[in-house]
Amino acid sequence: MSFEIVVIGASYGGLSALQMLLADLSPEFPLPLVIVQHRRKDADDGLCEYLRKRSRLPLIEPNDKEKLEPGHVYLAPRDYHLLIEKSIFALSTESPVAFARPSIDVLFESAAAIYHERVIGVILTGANSDGARGLAKIKAFGGLTVVQDPKSAESPAMPEAAIQMTAVDCILPLPQIAPFLNERCHPIQRLLHAR
Amino acid sequence: MSAAFPQAEQQNELEDIEIALLLEGLYRYYGFDFREYSPASLKRRIIERMRAEKIETVSRYQERVLHDAACMERLLLGLSVHVTSMFRDPEFYLTFRRKVVPILKTYPTVRVWHAGCSTGEEVYSMAILLQEEGLYRKSLIYATDISHEVLRKAKEGIFPLASMQEYTSNYMKAGGTREFSDYYTAHYDNVIFHPSLKTNVVFAEHNLATDGSFNEFHVILCRNVMIYFNKALQERVHNLVYESLSMFGIFGLGNKESLKFTPREGFYEQLDDRDKLYRKVR
Repeated sequence: MSFEIVVIGASYGGLSALQMLLADLSPEFPLPLVIVQHRRKDADDGLCEYLRKRSRLPLIEPNDKEKLEPGHVYLAPRDYHLLIEKSIFALSTESPVAFARPSIDVLFESAAAIYHERVIGVILTGANSDGARGLAKIKAFGGLTVVQDPKSAESPAMPEAAIQMTAVDCILPLPQIAPFLNERCHPIQRLLHAR
Repeated sequence: MSAAFPQAEQQNELEDIEIALLLEGLYRYYGFDFREYSPASLKRRIIERMRAEKIETVSRYQERVLHDAACMERLLLGLSVHVTSMFRDPEFYLTFRRKVVPILKTYPTVRVWHAGCSTGEEVYSMAILLQEEGLYRKSLIYATDISHEVLRKAKEGIFPLASMQEYTSNYMKAGGTREFSDYYTAHYDNVIFHPSLKTNVVFAEHNLATDGSFNEFHVILCRNVMIYFNKALQERVHNLVYESLSMFGIFGLGNKESLKFTPREGFYEQLDDRDKLYRKVR
């Protein structure tokens, strides 16, 4: 089974982690890649601009009901939850989940419910436990679960919480995550790894 | 269906079927139509409400909702509360002051419709803005929502004291000209907004999914409401808004909503590059 989407969650320390990950992704990366990075709800548009400059793939904050495109990076807009429906985004202003809006759990759970085992979920550095439940859901649907090695994380709490809740498939130091995604999502590798 | 992880997939599929049945029952018995809501967040909220009622399956929840009107009201409330703030996205209100207020000043009267006003945060924000711009006395604001309970809260104008720091900061960024605390009185953990802000506000039940146009407006604000609807229902509401706006009337959407790819896209001009304020031009 080949993958159709990559979802990534990051919190404290995520800015430099995402910067490295995006810089190392292949310019031919074939899947949509969706990121929740926690930030203040009154933050300006700086994060999107900053990451866009460092990404070789087009990077945008999606509008409601926008279509997911392969090879695009999507950043959850501030102060909204970002959910995925059948190949489109849906936004919501429901209550923050575990103090977070956008919430990593909300994104991951919605991705698992639509794409089942064709999801790769990645948890990066962070100082809370958001994403642990979402990653467990991805695992329950048979998706591939990846967590940044807590030893390599600026803040290990979020990776540790994810590892504690789920028997994750791969624990990788940050510099190996983008190469891993490049390999597993490459059209030929996707055939080799078919289960 | 893949056989590798049948449990999660089967549960997911079964819940989708149960939710479709619940929505059908809710519509046919109570007249509330959520069948064209955006499915992902709708499902989240139904499951959340169901857990709060300590019920295990959507089918059992359906039974309760259909036989117990109070349980239905709680579900309706859960489905209609959008957690918003006063002067959410302050730049939107700043642009409104700069680009819309001068237009409204030329009108003898101003009718504003807040479609999907939820608990009223944005209604009070607009009332404050219109007061400061000298427009309030000739304005009438219609604030509508589907839930009776949500409207009751909106009418009260009571908000948590803990939110005031954020709202004050928003108010200032939105171009506020006074002290924000002039507009409310604190009482223990809450504040109550001055009743003068709602003298020209009419709170009324209106369902964007099933009801029609009820007046002609100079300004319609429907921010972060249609994000809960699927494309088909969004199109219905875009048509309803268009029919309810006077020529050159103003339409305000949320920051991540767009008129692009809607049936009325060509009928408006965007007033500002950034903020989602449109003017009906044909």
